[in-house]
Amino acid sequence: MAHAETKTRRRGGSIDLKVIGPIVALIALVLIGVALNPNFLSYANITNVLARSAFIGIIAVGMTFVITAGGLDLSVGSMAAFVAGLAILTMNVLTDSWGVGLPVILVGVALALVAGLVAGLINGLLITRVGIEAFIVTLGTMGIYRSLITWLADGGTLSLGFEMRELYRPVYYGGIAGISWPIIAFAVIAILGEVVMRHTAFGRHCAAIGSNEKVARYSSIAVLKVRLATYVLLGLLVGFAVVMYVPRLGSASASTGLLWELEAIAAVIIGGTLLKGGFGRVWGTVVGVLILSLIGNILNLTDFVSPYLNGAIQGAVIILAVVLQRKTGTDR
Amino acid sequence: MTKLFIATTALATVLTGAAAAETIGVSIPAATHGWAGALNYHAERTIARLEEAHPDLDFVLATTPDSATQVSDLEDMMATRGIDALVVLPFESEPLTGPIKRIADSGTWVTVVDRGLAQEGIQNLYVAGDNASFGSTAGEYFAENLDEGSKVVVMRGIPSTVDNERVEGFEGAIEGSGIEVVAMDHGNWNRDTAFTLMQDWLSRFPEIDAVWAADDDMAVGALAAIEQAGRIDEMFVVGGAGMKEMVARIAEGDETVPVNVTYPPAMISTAIEMTVLGLTSGAPMTGDFIISSELITQENAEDFYFEDSPY
Repeated sequence: MAHAETKTRRRGGSIDLKVIGPIVALIALVLIGVALNPNFLSYANITNVLARSAFIGIIAVGMTFVITAGGLDLSVGSMAAFVAGLAILTMNVLTDSWGVGLPVILVGVALALVAGLVAGLINGLLITRVGIEAFIVTLGTMGIYRSLITWLADGGTLSLGFEMRELYRPVYYGGIAGISWPIIAFAVIAILGEVVMRHTAFGRHCAAIGSNEKVARYSSIAVLKVRLATYVLLGLLVGFAVVMYVPRLGSASASTGLLWELEAIAAVIIGGTLLKGGFGRVWGTVVGVLILSLIGNILNLTDFVSPYLNGAIQGAVIILAVVLQRKTGTDR
Repeated sequence: MTKLFIATTALATVLTGAAAAETIGVSIPAATHGWAGALNYHAERTIARLEEAHPDLDFVLATTPDSATQVSDLEDMMATRGIDALVVLPFESEPLTGPIKRIADSGTWVTVVDRGLAQEGIQNLYVAGDNASFGSTAGEYFAENLDEGSKVVVMRGIPSTVDNERVEGFEGAIEGSGIEVVAMDHGNWNRDTAFTLMQDWLSRFPEIDAVWAADDDMAVGALAAIEQAGRIDEMFVVGGAGMKEMVARIAEGDETVPVNVTYPPAMISTAIEMTVLGLTSGAPMTGDFIISSELITQENAEDFYFEDSPY
């Protein structure tokens, strides 16, 4: 149905459609959801969907900058698992000596942010200073972090001590005025990301580098520094996502964050950012993340299709959402 | 004649400490998830115990991330370590059947654990869990403890034969009990997936009386979602495989987690011990040894709790 709409609007104005493509897909999904299950728009369901989108969402905002600057990061899922494991281990050790309390959580949070930042810095330095392709570097670190979390957890699951979990729990489940913290955090990061992308020199430099690195260099843009900064920013946001993730189940294992990198990249592309770089849209990424979450949610709320086919539906919607905006793109 | 030979070897062993060393190769999947982690833990524990008890035995333990690596591991064991017996949990049945058959053909004792080979009659000893009884044990508990018309949701694992056998066992056991399975989907043996799935089921169904999460990792995710929705008193959750946190809750008499079903990763210990027994005692050890799934209740929970195990 969304497809038909494309064709009619296409004659109206091409730029318009490129912009609203992902939104059309999102609205279509919401309508399908409402039609299939009356509980779809219930407060609990909306809160669930938005809160669970926050992890991928926060990471995807960082990924938007990396991709806009012509890069890629495959390591974010493993990195999130590793950072979560590190934070849990540290908090468990500290609980033994400091007892259960806020200081332990603060150290855990600080550690997650620093570990994420350092991990991003390592990716960035290998890519910019050593000059290895982003795909290879992050494919390598993806494997490294995934092994490290498996090793840290001894193949099992790292769990936060019970009392600490109770203390930390409100960070995911609590909130202000009925809006839970992960949703607030996601919104703040998304708004900041949008402002930085649109209204700062850093955002414009990312786009310039992604679109033509040589020209950017001649325009006296510090290409390497900006590139490095995008990976560091992404690492920091991974750390921040982990801060929200750990209180949810209080555990990390080898299967934590599996395929998050692909979901984040898919969300960025669905949102209208070009995979080859040069153009990025943070709000589009947010819409992309919501589209991906809603597909899963709707499939769980109905017996619409066999669960064996969930992946096929997701794949089809991803492609459809991109087709919607590309068909009328300015480059055609 | 054989008896005499064994007696002499035993005598020689006593006299020299480690005369006729036998080497046993153990090849298992790497610890990439909780159950495999516990498998590794039990394998190492058993090998340590046996090395102490039998100084004349040598063990080679190799863990493998995929089928191809396992094939290379097996080739290395044969070529460089000259193993006399092999205990193997094949990563996948099909690709490993050929290589294991060649080892068996060369006269080496082969014990296959849990995942059967694609061709029959290769191994000397087969030790495995019982997936059908894993499902039916849980199903029987549901049938006995739920009223007619009760609504349950079922969380399946990663689509595979293991998962199918378990679910068939479960469905068979609740047949005719009047229990209605309102939804069934794959939680992929993953906590996060199970959490999301359970959240959505809780939005979708106003009444759920019980959850069968066919694995304890999924049960953890489901429990977190139920707790979040504040519906913890409405239903019970039965997981499986005996994760120690779950066993601890059962031991405490938690009403939400009343029972659990075993699928013991310690079956690797059974396999290694039986292989060694076959090698050292001469007692007949050929055949199939199927370990049935047991129901863990508050009464027997203590026997299933391993403090140091990662799972």
